[in-house]
Amino acid sequence: MTSYTDKIREISKRLLKEGKVDMVIGFTKGSVPMMNQPMFARNQNDVDGFAWDGNCGINLANYVTGRSEKIGIVAKGCDSRNLAVHIVENKIKRDQLYIIGVPCTGMVDRHKLTASVGGEIEAIEEDAAGKTVTISGNDFSETVDRVDVLQENCALCMHRNPVIYDELIAEEVPEQTEESVDRYEAVRKVEEMSPEEKWAYFDDLFSDCIRCYACRNACPLCYCPTCFVDESKPQWVGKSIDPSDIRIFHFLRAYHCAGRCTDCGACVRSCPMGINVRALTKKLEKDSLEYFGWEAGLTTEQRPPLDTYKPDDPEQFIK
Amino acid sequence: MKNLLEHMGIDPGRLHFSWISSAESTKFVEVAKNVTEEVMALQSKEKKYMKTKPKVA
Repeated sequence: MTSYTDKIREISKRLLKEGKVDMVIGFTKGSVPMMNQPMFARNQNDVDGFAWDGNCGINLANYVTGRSEKIGIVAKGCDSRNLAVHIVENKIKRDQLYIIGVPCTGMVDRHKLTASVGGEIEAIEEDAAGKTVTISGNDFSETVDRVDVLQENCALCMHRNPVIYDELIAEEVPEQTEESVDRYEAVRKVEEMSPEEKWAYFDDLFSDCIRCYACRNACPLCYCPTCFVDESKPQWVGKSIDPSDIRIFHFLRAYHCAGRCTDCGACVRSCPMGINVRALTKKLEKDSLEYFGWEAGLTTEQRPPLDTYKPDDPEQFIK
Repeated sequence: MKNLLEHMGIDPGRLHFSWISSAESTKFVEVAKNVTEEVMALQSKEKKYMKTKPKVA
């Protein structure tokens, strides 16, 4: 992974030197392990702060919304798809962006790792080949296979290589196919339940929610100037942690992402309670694919399905 | 939307969609009757949609 880091620094430095961009957005190590954070480099001296490893799971497309500068941005497959969504939704212009594409082999799941060991993880190390991850803390050190600790969305990802980019930092990685992974296994399991079981399943899923809105803030799609949960005139949704309020929040937040969500997993990664928020967005992703043959963020030419009308749109549910 | 609500465990039959023109008064009556009937049939099942008093630990 060091080669990725070096390449990102090198490209960023060149772009800033040539004045091609006003700043480069990338990742830097966080103050605690597994929590890499975004970094904005505005001059050549800053670029040494950039880093790349398996903890770059947040979505950088979140940081370009409505900006007016020329921006160089480090983008994994999912980030690039969200940039495409941003371009379609007029949140940024394509010619403002210089996309530094990063072929990605998935991000490690910090919730999974934390749960797998008793103590606090103080350091995380990946081997050069990207095969194993070593976590260590006060009185333990453990080495695990990287593929076993990937975030679920990364393990199921079909677009590991950036879909739009100006420059790639490495050779493209092999993509997974429908044959090699079953993307919607978890969704189908829920679909097969009875309404009562479904209700209980989501009751349990959301029972830990503290309404911190980290999932919303981490999401590149959630860029409304005033979010519906923050409005008070009218107040669309109750602000308590009553199960029904929590459910309405999650339902509406997910629905706002219908046909736009790229399953980047930023919501799950950011959740302090480790709730699998993707249980809802993945269902919407599946429906978009089944009803409209649509996967978000693969093109900048087409409007998303819920934004357009076609005579053959499915409408069996309307009586 | 109907799909996602049902995915979350709302009973199918609680949510209805219909196109009714302002000129179609008879269709409106028919749909309203159907909706009420279907929802009434489901109402005895449970009261999970009601807010409860906050639980205090």
